[in-house]
Amino acid sequence: MRITFIASALALGLLAGCSSTPMSGDQGAAVEDRSAGTVGTIPTVTPDAMSGTSLAALRDPNSILSKRSVLFDYDSFVIRGQYMPLIEAHARFLIANPQIKMLIQGNADERGSREYNLALGQKRADAIKKALRLLGATEDQVESVSLGEEKPSCTERSETCYAENRRGDMLYSGEF
Amino acid sequence: MMKPTDLLRFFFAAALALGALTAHAQLSIEITGAGANRFPVAIAVMQSETQLPRSVTEVVRGDLERSGLFSLVETGPTPFAEDAIPDFAYLRTRGADAIAVGRVIPAQNGQFEIRVRLYDTRQEIQLDAVSLNMAPAQYRAIGHRIADQIFEKITGLKGVFATRIAYVVKSGGQYRLQIADSDGANAQTALASNEPIISPAWSPDGSKLAYVSFQLKKPIVYVHDLAAGLQSVVANFKGSNSAPAWSPDGSRLAVVLTKDGLSQMYTVNVDGSGIKRLASSSSIDTEPAYSHDGQWIYFTSDRGGSPQIYRIAAAGGRAERVSFEGSYNVTPRPSPDGLTMTYITRSANGFQVAIMDLATRQYAVLTDSSRDESPSFAPNSRMILYATEIGGRGVLAAVSSDGRIKQRLSVKAADVREPAWGPSLH
Repeated sequence: MRITFIASALALGLLAGCSSTPMSGDQGAAVEDRSAGTVGTIPTVTPDAMSGTSLAALRDPNSILSKRSVLFDYDSFVIRGQYMPLIEAHARFLIANPQIKMLIQGNADERGSREYNLALGQKRADAIKKALRLLGATEDQVESVSLGEEKPSCTERSETCYAENRRGDMLYSGEF
Repeated sequence: MMKPTDLLRFFFAAALALGALTAHAQLSIEITGAGANRFPVAIAVMQSETQLPRSVTEVVRGDLERSGLFSLVETGPTPFAEDAIPDFAYLRTRGADAIAVGRVIPAQNGQFEIRVRLYDTRQEIQLDAVSLNMAPAQYRAIGHRIADQIFEKITGLKGVFATRIAYVVKSGGQYRLQIADSDGANAQTALASNEPIISPAWSPDGSKLAYVSFQLKKPIVYVHDLAAGLQSVVANFKGSNSAPAWSPDGSRLAVVLTKDGLSQMYTVNVDGSGIKRLASSSSIDTEPAYSHDGQWIYFTSDRGGSPQIYRIAAAGGRAERVSFEGSYNVTPRPSPDGLTMTYITRSANGFQVAIMDLATRQYAVLTDSSRDESPSFAPNSRMILYATEIGGRGVLAAVSSDGRIKQRLSVKAADVREPAWGPSLH
């Protein structure tokens, strides 16, 4: 965990300093390859004090905490009643572990403008964040962002698939 | 039964498909619709051009033919001298209304001079004469410059052959932000990432691209210096950062941030300093784009219940609604000449490229495809490059602002999306 944190911090340093080295090419665009290496994760503070049982619960298929996705209706940003127990369980977990952080990634189906879909995904992530905040998670703990239509979990072109992609995912430190 | 226009389209598709076999470009272009009246022009083989790595004449011919506004007239085996008056009577019998002749002359230090003259065969007058110095490796760039010159003299419109385009190629889970010449040649990768890249936008001087990259698992706005290969962060606030748009003077970017709640528009210096909120609303405001004179910012908002296009003074103020017809109008892009705006509208046929006359607010749908997105004007405001889908695969396409000329640009076995047409630099 600590190693992850250091690597991530390095990644941030690289980016903030825009220290990528100029590549060859006296004409046209130089190639910058970010597909490999350490860049690619958000730097997060990894909790040292988190208890082993809590961690295990996040991955235990029998625990509700292992469930992370909230699906939304078409053009809707309202959390359906069926997801409230899930949201409540994660809010309790965040309250019990104030040092842990969560990234909520909102998603949209592929139809229409990419940037507008990014805004729609943000509204879904925000709806989950708002519910967690109302239940006691702190502002510092939760960040809501959008992946728009860019990272569909289902790639077929069907209503079932579109429904699966109108989704918010809750990820904990070290998971993204 | 085929209509004459269908026949014409078939002919061009077939001709270009043949041409594509010999092309070295990664991005291949085919014409799927041409202008009603194409101007017949002869481009004689440039004298002594075998001194260059490849033919400049072919670059010029390819550009003019792909534009959809010209038909190339074969001049037969007789060579044309650059320094002699061509045989106008003969050219008229061949049906050529104009002819370009040229010559490549060795100059000092391994450089060459290329001279081109353009004649009107009906009036028997010289329309233009140009002389350009070049290194042998510049034969494509010089060809595009010459094609631009011929295009401008004959049509009265600025040529856009000597421009570049940016787009994103997705293949095998990898995303590549590529830059290519307007004819798809010389494709180079500026950024390769395992995470999505969207919304590339050219700086007005063509030296940089702003874009949104998800390389840190969330959308962050970067500016990328192309020659230096340097990526720097413009906006990385809590939440999402997206939709960069350059001010016409290149000094600021409009961006969309969610740091204060919903997606809202801000302006920021290119180095990320001096952030200012542009407007406050209780709705989604996104996809900002400056008008050519920097006076207005056009954007998409759902404040009226459905996504529609609005504009606001760049200095701030009240938003004014621009689109009214239909329930989904997004991605406004005002033309460089300030007269029109292209955008995406949803109709019964799906998502299509539309154009609106900004003075009369009259609009027309330009395409017959159903999954169009991300329209981008050529610097001469005549062509619109956009992303669409054919056979489940992302391709780029271009349509003229009158809807007549249609081109398709595709990369084999890959998805292409998010095109942006770069500025004209000469």
